[in-house]
Amino acid sequence: MDASLHERLNTVFVALRDLRFAKGRFALMGVVIVLITLLVGLLSGLTAGLGRQNVSAITDLPVDRIAFSDQHLSYSDSTVTQEQWRRWAATPGVSLAEPVAISTTKATAGSRSAAVSIFAVSPALVPEVGDGSVTMSVPAAEELGVRTGDTVTLAGRDLTVAAVRGDAWFSHTPVVWTSLGDRTTATVIALRTTGDVVDVPGTRTTTKDGSLDAIGSYRSENGSLQLMRGFLFVISALVIGAFFTVWTIQRSGDIAVLKALGASTATLLRDALGQALVLLTTGTLIGTALAAAVGLLVRGTVPFLLDPATVLVPAATTILLGAVGAALAVRRIVTVDPLTALGSAR
Amino acid sequence: MSLTLTDVTLTYPDGDSRLTALDHVTLDVPRGTTTAVIGPSGSGKSSLLAVAATLVAPDSGTVTIDGTPASGLSRGRLAELRRHRIGIVFQQPNLLPALTAAEQLQVMAHVTGRKPADARRKALELLDAVGLADHARRRPHQLSGGQRQRVNIARALMNDPTVLLVDEPTSALDHDRGAAVVGLITRLTHQQATATVLVTHDRSHLTAVDDVVTIRDGRLHEPDPVLEPNPRGGAEE
Ligand SMILES: Nc1ncnc2c1ncn2[C@@H]1O[C@H](COP(=O)(O)OP(=O)(O)OP(=O)(O)O)[C@@H](O)[C@H]1O
Ligand SMILES: [Mg+2]
Repeated sequence: MDASLHERLNTVFVALRDLRFAKGRFALMGVVIVLITLLVGLLSGLTAGLGRQNVSAITDLPVDRIAFSDQHLSYSDSTVTQEQWRRWAATPGVSLAEPVAISTTKATAGSRSAAVSIFAVSPALVPEVGDGSVTMSVPAAEELGVRTGDTVTLAGRDLTVAAVRGDAWFSHTPVVWTSLGDRTTATVIALRTTGDVVDVPGTRTTTKDGSLDAIGSYRSENGSLQLMRGFLFVISALVIGAFFTVWTIQRSGDIAVLKALGASTATLLRDALGQALVLLTTGTLIGTALAAAVGLLVRGTVPFLLDPATVLVPAATTILLGAVGAALAVRRIVTVDPLTALGSAR
Repeated sequence: MSLTLTDVTLTYPDGDSRLTALDHVTLDVPRGTTTAVIGPSGSGKSSLLAVAATLVAPDSGTVTIDGTPASGLSRGRLAELRRHRIGIVFQQPNLLPALTAAEQLQVMAHVTGRKPADARRKALELLDAVGLADHARRRPHQLSGGQRQRVNIARALMNDPTVLLVDEPTSALDHDRGAAVVGLITRLTHQQATATVLVTHDRSHLTAVDDVVTIRDGRLHEPDPVLEPNPRGGAEE
């Protein structure tokens, strides 16, 4: 063992030995942490996966702002006019202004059919769209069982699949991109801006990420899932706080003895916090690894998004909030009176 | 002088008035000697020890540990003074349940930030000195009451204190073991040159100590001649 590691272990001299000695109690608490992190991890992956199935067609647009009609900040109700997207294109600070007309329809190919979201756009956003040809997202192509060159029927029109690309979803349906044709209205205008811009009359803009709340199904789903996740974080912090409160009270006799023998409060706090961190980190890592493993297994059948943000961020949050709970609990070390170590009363 | 109490008065709140637990107590204990303080229950023995251990600040008077006056020091400085200069042998052994006998001593090095390897060696030396060399790996529940008390004593000496404060060390032991523990304390007091105060209400083991004072109602007295433990004066070697 190198000297610095040895020294670091020495700062939690009592803590490590307590962990070993009271194995059962700490194992129980560890299992609780593992289960909570497993739940948080699964919920995070699911929230992100479901979220992606709601909004990825929007988040993957190569733009930074979305203009709605000023009456309806909603992807289902907004209508913008050709006049408005032309004026947006001419607005200083706007390098791209492209209309997007969104609708939902049934697509069929051979004997298979599926509900899809149609994104009618110009070739500036998706190059392969044109008269009589569409670009399919990968999930849309998979559901219909089509490949490039096949034919699909959309709202009674036969169209050729010009390309299959991207994991684009909107409101839980896979996306098909078609050409805008000679439409003079669209749902929203996708904008690429450089700096602040003044809204064209009759329209209102939000950031691309801010616009996601304008998808009804996303707002309600995401809101409740995030609430659950938040509660789990709070619950884990409270459980850890409660455990370490009881633990600290139980060992307040030992703490009084160590203080009487001259241990500084800082040393004792470091020792106790180090113990909480060892327990928290171990439990969280195991729980997170389990969540990632489950996510890998179910990824094909359940919308589960497995990436660093959905796995590591909740793990870090659990550790951080748990540490706060533990810190509040072990704070009572400060008030333990070393005098109680003297005499026969303990 | 290594432990000096000068005109120390300590009172506790007692209803509307105050109860005087130590009444103008003056006590000098040189290094290498053991002073026994005997007195009945409630006479102020634990209070005297608490003041000498810097765990309670007296109302008036001064406590000087190895030349350092304890009055006016912050809590942190007092803890520092305790861990470097004062060893305490508790009435109950007060061992930490999770630690082995050797670790009970090593933890003292941990609180002073001493090198772990040195601490291990020193801990084994001290356990040897109290006759527990073979029990270094035992936890408190695997030791007898007398063995625990010896670990308690060895732990107090771990940081080479100049002042050793011993609180009723024999109260949980039978007569023979009590005598052995007092003998051990006086022997280590000579060996380690500590200024030792041994507080007890038990007069039976006092033949080995260097000096005896009695305490009654918070006041120190020289003992009655009949109680003089060692008529020749000085310690039995
Ligand atoms: N924290 C306190 N608050 C109020 N009074 C106290 C406190 N501690 C001790 N006393 C009182 O001070 C007096 C001296 O108590 P102390 O504990 O020093 O006696 P003692 O000699 O150690 O007795 P014993 O042999 O029973 O342990 C007693 O009258 C006791 O009731
Ligand atoms: Mg007492």
